[in-house]
Amino acid sequence: MLQVARWRIILVAIVTVLGIAFALPNFLPERMRDSMPGFLPNQAINLGLDLRGGSQLLLEVDVATLQRQQLDNVADQMASALRDAEPAIRYTGRGVVGDAARVRLVDATQMERARTVLRPLAQSSTGPGEIMTFNEGEDGLIEARLAPAHLRELSRQAAQQSIEVIRRRIDPTGTSEVTIVRQGDDRIVVQAPGVTDPEQLKERIGQTALMTFHLVREVSPEEASTGRLPPGTMAVGPYPEIGTSSEVVERRPRLTGEHLTRANPSTDPQTNEFVLSFQFDSEGTRIFCRITREYVDQRFAILLDNQVLTAPRINEPICGGSGQISGNFTAQSANELAVMLRAGALPAPLSVIEERTVGAGLGADAIQSGTTASLIAGAVTLVFMVLAYGLFGVIAVIALLVNGVLIVGAMSMIGAALTLPGIAGLILTIAMAVDANVLIYERMREEARAGRGPALAIDAGFNRAMITIFDANLTTILAALILFQFGAGPVRGFAWTLSIGVITSVFTAVMVTQIMIAWWFRATRPKQLPI
Amino acid sequence: MAMWPLIRLLPQKTNFTFVKFAAFAAFLSVAAIGVSLVSVFTGGLRENPIAVYQEAEGSPLARLGAIMEHGFNLGIDFRGGTSILIEAPSELDAEALRALAGRVQDGDVEVQNTTCRPDNAPPYCAILNFESTEQGSQTVEEIRAGLPAITEGARIINVDVVGAKVSEELFSGGLIALGLAILLMLIYIWFRFEWQFGLGAVLALFHDVILTLGVWSVFRFEFTLTIIAALLTIIGYSMNDTVVVFDRMRENLRKYKKMPLGDLVNLSLNETLSRTIITGCTALFALTGLLFLGGEALSGFAIAMIFGIVVGTYSSLYVAAPAVLIWGVKRGREGEARGSPQTAGS
Repeated sequence: MLQVARWRIILVAIVTVLGIAFALPNFLPERMRDSMPGFLPNQAINLGLDLRGGSQLLLEVDVATLQRQQLDNVADQMASALRDAEPAIRYTGRGVVGDAARVRLVDATQMERARTVLRPLAQSSTGPGEIMTFNEGEDGLIEARLAPAHLRELSRQAAQQSIEVIRRRIDPTGTSEVTIVRQGDDRIVVQAPGVTDPEQLKERIGQTALMTFHLVREVSPEEASTGRLPPGTMAVGPYPEIGTSSEVVERRPRLTGEHLTRANPSTDPQTNEFVLSFQFDSEGTRIFCRITREYVDQRFAILLDNQVLTAPRINEPICGGSGQISGNFTAQSANELAVMLRAGALPAPLSVIEERTVGAGLGADAIQSGTTASLIAGAVTLVFMVLAYGLFGVIAVIALLVNGVLIVGAMSMIGAALTLPGIAGLILTIAMAVDANVLIYERMREEARAGRGPALAIDAGFNRAMITIFDANLTTILAALILFQFGAGPVRGFAWTLSIGVITSVFTAVMVTQIMIAWWFRATRPKQLPI
Repeated sequence: MAMWPLIRLLPQKTNFTFVKFAAFAAFLSVAAIGVSLVSVFTGGLRENPIAVYQEAEGSPLARLGAIMEHGFNLGIDFRGGTSILIEAPSELDAEALRALAGRVQDGDVEVQNTTCRPDNAPPYCAILNFESTEQGSQTVEEIRAGLPAITEGARIINVDVVGAKVSEELFSGGLIALGLAILLMLIYIWFRFEWQFGLGAVLALFHDVILTLGVWSVFRFEFTLTIIAALLTIIGYSMNDTVVVFDRMRENLRKYKKMPLGDLVNLSLNETLSRTIITGCTALFALTGLLFLGGEALSGFAIAMIFGIVVGTYSSLYVAAPAVLIWGVKRGREGEARGSPQTAGS
C-alpha cells in the first residue's frame, strides 16, 4: 500500500483539478464569470429560494372540475352516438350527476342496441384498457364513469399542458429565472427568484387567456408611435415566436374563443405551412359570418393573451364556421397553441395549495450567518484534528480542504440548489468528514501499540478501517436517499449537500490521505509513527 | 522528528466495564422512552388523550393521528395555515398586530415577538400565525397595507401559506420517511451482519428517534420540516456509530473465538471508544457553532442534532451492543457465555 498505484494519484489529481475548476466561478465576480471562455465551467452554486429571496407556489390541477368537464363531453358523445345509430335510439335526461354522465333511454327495451352503440366510446384511443365504465340502471338509465386511471392520466396531461401556458404567461420572453416543473401527477411548482409579491404571479397565472377576434384599425406608423391612438383602440404586440406584427385594434373583441369548438394543427395544402384550423359553434359561426360580410377587405386580428397571433385580410365572407390561422408556426408551436385554444386557457383550473415567500434581505442574512457558522465549524475541526493527531492531523486538514473544494465544485456542477438546511448539512458534513480520518488513524495507533512497525501499522490502518468506513457511510447515504424521496424544496437541498459531502469526504479521507502519507513515509522513513 | 504535543483525549488503552452498567442504562432508557411516548400522546403532558380522541372526527386512525398532532407544537408546515414574519425598526406591538389580523380574517391568531438577529439588536421581528382561509393571500395583502399604521417602517419579509392538504401530506410523508429509514437500516445491517445486530441497531434507532421526539413534545419546540431532516440525519449518525462498534465486534468475534460474549462486547466498545468520542466531539463543536451563529432558522436543527448525537452515541454503547448480548450470536461453539464483568479501572 505504501507504493501507491499510479492510477490513484492520477485520479486524485484529475478530480481535484476538476473540483477547483468547477468551484472557482463561485469566487469570481459575476462580470468575470460571464466573460470566461465557453469551455470553462462558469456556473456558480445555485442558491435556493430561501437564500436568495423569492416566491414559490405549489399549484394543483382542480381534478373535480376537470372530471366534470370531461363528463360533460362524455354525455355529449353518448347522446350523439345514440342519435347517429340506425335507426336512432331515443333518449331523454342527458346530463351529469355526481361522478357520472347519464342518459335515459325512452324505450328501455332498446338497451341491448344502446350497449353496442356506446361500447366503442369506452375504448382508449391511445392504448389498451377502457377509459370509462358503463352502468345500467332501471328504466333505461345508462351511467358512464371515468376510469380512475384515465382520470389520473387526464390530470397529468392537464398539468403538463398548464406548465406551457404558465410559462408563456409569467415568462413570455424566456429571460427570467422562473422554474416551472411538474411534481407528482397533478401538481406544478413555480419558483420565481426575486419576486417577493406572489399576488402578481398568481394573477398572471390565473388570468384566463381567451382567443379574441378584433377588427384592426389601420393607423399610420407616426400615429402609433406617438401613442395617440383613436378612441376605443389599443396597441398590441406580436405573440412571442408566433406572431409577426404589432397592430392597433379595437379594444372590444367582436368574437371570443368561447365559441370555439375545435382547434387542430394542420398543414395548408397549398403552401405546406403549418396552420391552425378551428371551428366555431353555431352562434360563433353566425357572428363570424356577419363580421366577415360586413368588413370585407379590412383586416381582423386574432389575439391570444392580448398579443397578436395573426392579422389576415378578409377576402370574402366566411360562413362555414371554420377557418385557418396562419402564422410562424412550427409543428410543435401549432400543436401547443391548439392545445391551449381547445381549452380556452388553462386545461383545468389550478388552485394554489402552498405558497412561500422569502424577502431578499432575510436570505442574505441567512447566507451571512451560515457562512460564518461553516467557517467556524471548519476552523474548530481543523484545530482539533491537528491537536489530536499532529502531523497526520495536518494531512487530514489538507484532505478536508480538498473535500471542501470538491463539495463546492460538485454543487456548482450539478446545479442543485443550496438551501438553508443545505448549509446545515454542509456544516455537519465538515464535522463528519474527519470521521473517516479518525477511523484510519485510530486503527493505526492500535496497530502500532500492538507492536507493528510503522509501515505495517499504516497499511493495516487503511485496510482494516476501510470496511468500517464503507459500512458506516453507506448508512448515511441511505438516510439521504430517503430525504430525496420525501423532501420538499429546502429539505431536498439538505439531502444534496449531505450525500455529496459523504461521497467526497470518503474519497478525500481515503485517497488523498493515503497518497500524502505514502509520500511522507517514503521521504522520511520514520522508525516510529508520530501519532 | 520531534513528537508533537498531542492531545490524548483518553488513556492509550481504556478498560471501562460498559456491560456492568447495562442494566442501569436499560432502566434509564426505558424510563426516558416511557416519558417520551406518554408526552407524545398527552399533548406534552398537558392534555387528556381520551378527551382529544372523543373530540376528533373521522376514523379511529384519524383520531389517533389527531392525538399525535396535539403531542407536538406543529409548525406551519405540518399544521397548515398562514405564517407571516414581520420586521420593524422598533419593537412591534403584539396586541395591535393581533387586532389587525383579527380584523382581516376570522379564526385564531397567534402573535410571537422574536429577534431576527442573534445579537438581539434591531430590527425587531414578530411572527403572525393564523389558520389560512380561502383568501389566504388576500389576507396577507390586507395585513401588508395595515402595517404602517402599527409601526412605521414595518414590512413583511417572509410569508408561508400551506394548504390543509399539503400539510397533512407533509406530516404523513415525514412519518413514512422516518419509518422507511429505520426499515432500510434494518435490512442493510441484517444483510451485512446478522439478524441480532440488525435488531440491536434498529432498537437503538427507535430509542434515538423516540427520545428526540419526546424532547420536542415535552418542551413544545416547534416541529418543522427541518426537524424531520434532523431526525433522518440523527438516524444516519446513530447508525454510523453503531456500525463502527458492530464492525469491531464482528472482527473480535473472529479473532477471539473463546472469549465470553460480554467481555468481547466490552473490549469492542473500549477499542472504538476514542474514535467515538473524537468524532462525536467534532460534530458537537460544529453544531454548537451553528446553534449560536446560524440564526433563528437553524437553531431548531442544531438543538435536535446536538441532542441526537449525544443520544445516538449513548445508544450505540448501551442499547445496540447490549441488545446483541441479550440475543446472543452464533459462534464457533454455542455462545451461552454471558459477560463476567472485568475488573473496573482504566
